[in-house]
Amino acid sequence: MQITVTVNGVTYTHDVEPRLLLVHYLRDVLNLTGTHIGCDTSQCGACTVLLNGKAVKSCTLFAVQADGAEITTIEGLARDGQLHPVQEGFWEKHGLQCGYCTPGMIMTAVDFLQRNPNPTEEEIRHAIEGNLCRCTGYQNIVRAIQYAAEKMRSGS
Amino acid sequence: MYPSTFTYYRAGSVQEALKLLVENPDAKLLAGGHSLIPAMKLRLASPSALIDISRVPELAGIRDAGDRIVIGATTRYDDIQRSELVRQVLPILPEAIDVIGDLQVRNMGTIGGSLAHADPAADLPAVVLALGAELKAVGPDGERTIPADQFFVDLFTTALQPNEILTEISFPKPPARTGMSYQKFANPASGYAVVGAAAVVTLGEDGKVAAVRVGVTGAGPYAVRRQNVEQALVGQEPTAAAIEAASQLASEGMTFNSDIFASDEYRAHLTRVFVKRALTRAVERARG
Amino acid sequence: MAVTKLFGAAIKRREDPRLITGRGNFTDHIRLPGTLVMAIKRSPHAHARIVRIDTSKARAMRGVVAVYTGQDLVDKLAPVPCAWLIPDSDLKLTPYRAVAVDKVRYVGDAVAVVVAEDRYVAQDAVEAIDVEYEVLPAVVDQEKAMEPGAPQLYDEIPNNLAFHWKLHVGDFDAVWNEAEVRLSRRLINHRLIPTAMEPRGALAAYNPGSGELTIWCTSQNPHVHRLLLSAVTGLPETRIRVIATDVGGGFGSKIPMYAGEMIAAAISRDLGRPIKWIETRQENYVATIHGRDHIQYVDIAARRDGTITGVRVRAYANMGAYLSTAAPGVPTWLFGLMLQGAYAIPVIHCDVYGVLTNTTPTDAYRGAGRPEATYLLERMIDILARELGMDPAEIRRKNFIPKDRFPYTTPTGLQYDSGDYEATLNRALELVDYANLRRQQAELRQQGRYIGIGFSTYVEVCGLAPSQAAGAMGFQGGLWESATVRVHPTGKVTVFTGSNPHGQGEETTFAQLVADELGVPFEDVEIIHGDTEMVPFGMGTYGSRSTAVGGAALVAACRKVKEKAQRIAAHLLEVSPEDLAFENGRFFVKGAPDRGMTFQEVALQAYLAWKLPRDIEPGLEATHFWDPVNNTFPFGCHICVVEVDPETGKVDFLKYVAVDDVGNVINPMIVDGQVHGGIAQGLAQAVYEYAAYDANGQLLSASLMDYAIPKASMLPSFTVDRTVTPTPVNPMGVKGAGETGTIASTPAVVNAVIDALAPFGIEHIDMPLTPERIWRAVRERSS
Repeated sequence: MQITVTVNGVTYTHDVEPRLLLVHYLRDVLNLTGTHIGCDTSQCGACTVLLNGKAVKSCTLFAVQADGAEITTIEGLARDGQLHPVQEGFWEKHGLQCGYCTPGMIMTAVDFLQRNPNPTEEEIRHAIEGNLCRCTGYQNIVRAIQYAAEKMRSGS
Repeated sequence: MYPSTFTYYRAGSVQEALKLLVENPDAKLLAGGHSLIPAMKLRLASPSALIDISRVPELAGIRDAGDRIVIGATTRYDDIQRSELVRQVLPILPEAIDVIGDLQVRNMGTIGGSLAHADPAADLPAVVLALGAELKAVGPDGERTIPADQFFVDLFTTALQPNEILTEISFPKPPARTGMSYQKFANPASGYAVVGAAAVVTLGEDGKVAAVRVGVTGAGPYAVRRQNVEQALVGQEPTAAAIEAASQLASEGMTFNSDIFASDEYRAHLTRVFVKRALTRAVERARG
Repeated sequence: MAVTKLFGAAIKRREDPRLITGRGNFTDHIRLPGTLVMAIKRSPHAHARIVRIDTSKARAMRGVVAVYTGQDLVDKLAPVPCAWLIPDSDLKLTPYRAVAVDKVRYVGDAVAVVVAEDRYVAQDAVEAIDVEYEVLPAVVDQEKAMEPGAPQLYDEIPNNLAFHWKLHVGDFDAVWNEAEVRLSRRLINHRLIPTAMEPRGALAAYNPGSGELTIWCTSQNPHVHRLLLSAVTGLPETRIRVIATDVGGGFGSKIPMYAGEMIAAAISRDLGRPIKWIETRQENYVATIHGRDHIQYVDIAARRDGTITGVRVRAYANMGAYLSTAAPGVPTWLFGLMLQGAYAIPVIHCDVYGVLTNTTPTDAYRGAGRPEATYLLERMIDILARELGMDPAEIRRKNFIPKDRFPYTTPTGLQYDSGDYEATLNRALELVDYANLRRQQAELRQQGRYIGIGFSTYVEVCGLAPSQAAGAMGFQGGLWESATVRVHPTGKVTVFTGSNPHGQGEETTFAQLVADELGVPFEDVEIIHGDTEMVPFGMGTYGSRSTAVGGAALVAACRKVKEKAQRIAAHLLEVSPEDLAFENGRFFVKGAPDRGMTFQEVALQAYLAWKLPRDIEPGLEATHFWDPVNNTFPFGCHICVVEVDPETGKVDFLKYVAVDDVGNVINPMIVDGQVHGGIAQGLAQAVYEYAAYDANGQLLSASLMDYAIPKASMLPSFTVDRTVTPTPVNPMGVKGAGETGTIASTPAVVNAVIDALAPFGIEHIDMPLTPERIWRAVRERSS
């Protein structure tokens, strides 16, 4: 089936098998390998991307469902060489170790901060329940998101 | 993991979806896909066709229908959670939705998808039972309304016929002095309810329980209403002791699931505890 | 040019820019033209004979290129060897085929392999393979496996006993007979699944023209994998290149040699095409190693004043169906040698039975042996304190090896390098406000609320060494590490390290070390790792060894470079090398600071070589193989505070304080991160994670839907602090920080929960302390 999607501002049209998962479309067709796969059961969130601005697990979506959508992947988050405040927060606060969960974690945080610009620690921990990290114990991820929230609020 | 092949249809209207269902008896409806796609990835489900109803305009949305609130079947959790109307009138819905899956799942998952899938550990079945919702289905022979009490029939089984589509869920607006709460004991791995209890309590002007409905999910093969608990409370002063005594009945006559995380015996205990907690909170809220 | 000292600075990681922008180099990101995808058909039975495999349907599918059974690969892959041959233990080896030929021994054992044009078709073909099995009775419990009449995994290994390892120091019977207090308990240290977020995988590309095999794979130790790949494929090491640049976590699970990687190599060679194999999480759960799984019988002899006089342990270690690469060393040396912990216990008596069962093989998982020893001791010392009515902090203090006894030779023969155990305990007590906390606990109990305070005062061994000891322990490798420091004509530096960090941040900390040593800007230092073609040789990253051993190699190589640079500078400045000083990246004549040369100027001269004397070679580069004289022994005190809801059995974390001493710290931000992550994994063992099998050998916790690795909302914030007791073992005085948290936290959490439940008369519950287990214990005591 033919689909047209806009990914990180570029519009693509491809003929895809209906069973092709969005994550494999991004990785294997568009070669956008920043979106990772860490499980088969929609638990780990490593594959999280923004679909029309909302965080979704691209392993739990067929590419055909995204037909007509605007998608942002981790590769499209930085603008004009400027890191997104969430990316910056992860770097500043040591919010990653092996980096495998990081793209998905960042995309979830981006969606979350759109809806809750001034979250408590508890709210942050709840918001990232769909993203598993095995390295950090989450403490510095929480700090990274707090850093980003503050930076985004101050509008710089 | 990698699903098997299937034919993909995108329906533009309910009528088109119904026609496709008749033509493809083995087909599954696809809304948010957050119950179906994980099963397909593990090849626990391999339907020959999927009918995508997520773009059917009349199936999504929340509307105020006078004494009822009506939510379209393909309305996503996130949209329900953000609805000011729902927050005001049916606060138990956002309370329960907040503990469904995770942020990403709530962005994609739909209320109708969850109810029609009837996972024994899903949260919303308990809530629609406690709210006394009605579920509207459309089939080749037309439309019918199924009370929530009659909707959940067995494990992954509802009152829907294979050729029917769940179109909307209609909730009565609760009267004054009504409090509601959903209390959940989540499986730490899956996030699903080991036991979830929903309680909706209306107090009379005398402070006694005028009406109460209790729904329980996670505990057994399908979500159930706990009328025995309700009957024990109606007309009573909702004291801690009265709630405790009524909650003790919550596990009576039920069949309980058992898995590596929680045995049937423990689930029975949790059912009593979480019914108590949901009732306690609902009464607090009813008192305002 | 001013260079500040970077040792000790919380510098942001240089790994991060690629990882936060989606530009990492993980194995599945590598794309080669003409790549075929491989998928493995795995046994659904824990124990069965393969009667017949019908691959015809799979072969006939469109897009399927080849199908292999075990028989098809017999002459293409030699059996997988074990690399830790523990001596004097009657070790029975279990050489096994990457793809089973006659018999499968655990759920997940490979039985056939499909090669196809894409991932989806490969999976279709796997499903289309029809295998007929004769199912045999299975055994999953190590004690049952040793019983007469138990199912036998191997005809030639009676009672499924792979080894019996002994370490008997002193006369335990005498100590036991004289003891004023005797405690005997059975403890279970249950099975865990490492769950690195990146599953394993490989892209193998054999070039039939040149005879070279390049394999990208998820490896903690690429050179070791090259050696083992050479052994199984028969290709010389010189024709194999292993690359593992970005690896998405390992925790020990990416040390061993596995079937998937070597099958990909053999098939690439067979078909002359690149072969990619990426495991699913389901496969990861059954076919990547598990950890722990000990049943321990413990006897503790003590005096009434709390002094422990002896420990006797009989442990049954579940090895799974085959002996994985390093497996025999884990429950033996890495466990038994540490049985005195932080305490001056004179008599240690240890017997370990390594038992084969129809389960996924076990091997080193974060901590590897040391968590099992630490849990045992820390749990028993709490039980002893309860028995004697002593405060858990005070009984530990009483038994500590005093700080004036370092270096301290343990009865098990280790030499603890340095330590001040009491200082970490004192600091932790201060941070939790202990006296107040106990008061609060008593008050809350009156209100029917149950909070508990749990201790763990641990010591662990890391930077495993030296190679001579490795030899004595039967480890089939050295325990040194290598580093090459190459200074370019511009004075920029490339470092090639044999360590292979996969989250630990050594691209940053190693650059900090080099910048300090050579006085060059941090930005001028490039760290290369994870490529056997570039790095001379490496033992890899595990056992918290990278900084203590790999870092020491690096510093030693830098010092060689600097020594040569100094000779060159002296020659050019027409003084003798001793007359030169080196500061801020510049050599200058002592007493005449104006006469000097920068390090970069020296580097250029080293390459121009116009003015070098005949006895100095051109170029500026050095390699060092560092073989430490000893291990290092980090230690510390963790205190966990929980509240238990007796109605549901749920545990809430109120506070967690960790005071660790990992010696000197190069980058405190990174060390804190290691500690956080370590605590998370150890805490999770205590209350969340549990690899459960049914009696037929089916893994019940076979996905993230059932196996609870902690989510953010399931963990508290940790309060992390340190004391600093440098080690004399390496020039930087660093010990290692990768595993302290995991080793320390498990008993701290369990002790806290048990302390909370003390009013119910509960003295012990076996892990994991799930709500149901706690609820049952409370109910039993309440009724």
